[in-house]
Amino acid sequence: MKGFEAFRVAFDALRGNRLRSLLTMLGIIIGIAAVIVVVSIGAGARDQIESQVEGLGSNLVLVVPGQLDTANPGQGAAAASPLQVSDGRVLGDVVGDDAAVTARISSAAEVRAGSRESYVTVQGSDQNLPYVFTRPVAEGEFFTQGDVDTRQRVAVLGSVTSQVLFAGADPVGRQITLAGTRFRVVGVLAEQGESFGVSQDNEVHIPITTAQRLFGIDRVDAFAVKAPSAADVPALSRGLRQALREEYPDQEFSAVTQTQILGVIGDILGLLTAVLASIAGISLLVGGVGVSNIMLVSVRERTKEIGLRKALGARQRDVLTQFLVEAVLLTSVGGVIGIVVGVGGSLLVNGLSPLPAKVEWWSPVVAFVVSAAVGIFFGVFPARRAGRLDPVVALRTD
Amino acid sequence: MTAPAPSGVDGPATSGPAIEAVDVTRSYDLGGTVVDALQGVSFVVEEGEYAAIVGPSGSGKSTLMHLLGCLDRPTSGVLRVGGRDVLELDDSELADLRNREVGFVFQSFQLLPRSTALDNVGLPLLYRGTKRAERRELAEASLRAVGLGHRLTHRPNQMSGGEQQRVAIARALVGRPRILLADEPTGNLDTRNGAEVMRILEELNAEQGVAVVLVTHDDEVAGRARRQVRVRDGRVERDTALEARPAGPAGDAPAGAGPAAAGEPGARHVAGQQA
Ligand SMILES: Nc1ncnc2c1ncn2[C@@H]1O[C@H](COP(=O)(O)OP(=O)(O)O)[C@@H](O)[C@H]1O
Ligand SMILES: [Mg+2]
Repeated sequence: MKGFEAFRVAFDALRGNRLRSLLTMLGIIIGIAAVIVVVSIGAGARDQIESQVEGLGSNLVLVVPGQLDTANPGQGAAAASPLQVSDGRVLGDVVGDDAAVTARISSAAEVRAGSRESYVTVQGSDQNLPYVFTRPVAEGEFFTQGDVDTRQRVAVLGSVTSQVLFAGADPVGRQITLAGTRFRVVGVLAEQGESFGVSQDNEVHIPITTAQRLFGIDRVDAFAVKAPSAADVPALSRGLRQALREEYPDQEFSAVTQTQILGVIGDILGLLTAVLASIAGISLLVGGVGVSNIMLVSVRERTKEIGLRKALGARQRDVLTQFLVEAVLLTSVGGVIGIVVGVGGSLLVNGLSPLPAKVEWWSPVVAFVVSAAVGIFFGVFPARRAGRLDPVVALRTD
Repeated sequence: MTAPAPSGVDGPATSGPAIEAVDVTRSYDLGGTVVDALQGVSFVVEEGEYAAIVGPSGSGKSTLMHLLGCLDRPTSGVLRVGGRDVLELDDSELADLRNREVGFVFQSFQLLPRSTALDNVGLPLLYRGTKRAERRELAEASLRAVGLGHRLTHRPNQMSGGEQQRVAIARALVGRPRILLADEPTGNLDTRNGAEVMRILEELNAEQGVAVVLVTHDDEVAGRARRQVRVRDGRVERDTALEARPAGPAGDAPAGAGPAAAGEPGARHVAGQQA
């Protein structure tokens, strides 16, 4: 019996039992669709985060105290920070440009303007922030070096905070209360966008010196340094660390670059996606077991048919092929439906929920191959059983 | 392959008997107890022969038919079908042999319920690798040969029992086997339909030279066969083909020395005169 004939016979058999075929496929459909959606969300998230990290500029270096392994960036070292605002000049000497270095500390606090209030991230930094992080000022101006040096109580708002506190009115020149202290708004930053539904613009920037007093700390969490070009980043990283080690001989410092962050994010997201996809893949496995089960039932039900076919000259191989093709047809048709559902679901998630989702071109291809493979894997056992039936015994059953 | 030719001889070039069984046994091991369904049967089916097997229920008739039809293998003895020793063939060769050498007709028709008459009849050719168009052509010719030219696209549940059995006969014939084995072909039919099926079997034997071996409980049906074989308790109790031969040692026909010898076709006519 030729492959195409086996296909026709299998197709007829499945069509003769439409409802059962559909129910059997359901497990495969759900499994494939779930894996595709998870992988799409993983890819969408990675793209979004990467574009944001890239938005920082590929020549940005973050200098933090402590020996960081790249698997855990930005965490755990701030408490022991020995860094002072004055260290900015040391780092500026390394780059050869004082304006390319900005110090920062972060905290969170309640902010009020009249009857409106909000809970925001408070960034203590200096006049170099707009240049180093490439963050244009939309209204008013950023605070100046003079503001930093004299601990002025001035603030620059993120676009969302501005909207929340002033509802579209021009905030420049108005008063806000931050952690119980009054500040004058001098500017508003341009919109940065959001990530996973969380705005990056719900923040207030104040001079780092003012922030240190406000929060009762005298250290600096980190310095951000802008290298002249991406090619300078590795050498600059070494130079910055070296300079700081000379200042603080028994301290370690790390220079974190965008490339490292991207690599780490990629690793974490890849792992997360793999874990979630594996969980979704379990339903595919369950679907495969379902196919195996139904095929076994089908073999039992059709024992007589198998006996007859063998009596008429079908070889073991012919019967095995027929049932294997049936199983593969079931799972691959289920796979195609699952791909349609999964791609559609991914587009819906992307459009209707805050989660980003991007269908990678390879995921439907892999899904199809996997579903066909599931059919072969879970179909072989029932098909072999069918092929080995003894025609006389099979014909005798009722 | 073209439309049925008038002669049934187009199988392998062997000139021996179509089927030859020598001292064949078949035992079923039922987990401890062994049932000896056949206990040393020697049986030869000649080209173009027409034989009826009779015997009480449980005597081993179906078991014998299954062996002759290569649906099963003997426990011991020699069984040659189309000149090939069944015990020396593997599963796939045996499948091929039963596909080409014999056509089998069952008491309960055994048609695929969802397939049309044409598709049912074409089934043996599917396993021979015949193309679909040719399968349909041959199936149609075979259905016309049993008088069912007007039922080509009917499904089994749209046909009478007699018609269904004729579809089964058409299916057994479509591959142009040399032997037709029918195990109680009229067992599920009323008298009129049974008679029609018998008429077709006799006609096929007479006009196309297909050897027919059938099992029956009906004395009248058996009486019309040229040769009668009576089976009891797994043994051949009486075989008219052996009695008709003047100097044959009854019930003990060694391979190659039995009815296969030259000039033997006459034996059929001797047996036939008894009808
Ligand atoms: N598959 C089998 N397993 C065990 N015993 C069997 C099997 N087939 C037939 N038999 C036994 O072999 C004997 C002959 O059966 P069978 O050939 O069907 O008789 P008949 O067709 O003459 O009625 C019976 O005793 C039957 O029970
Ligand atoms: Mg029987």
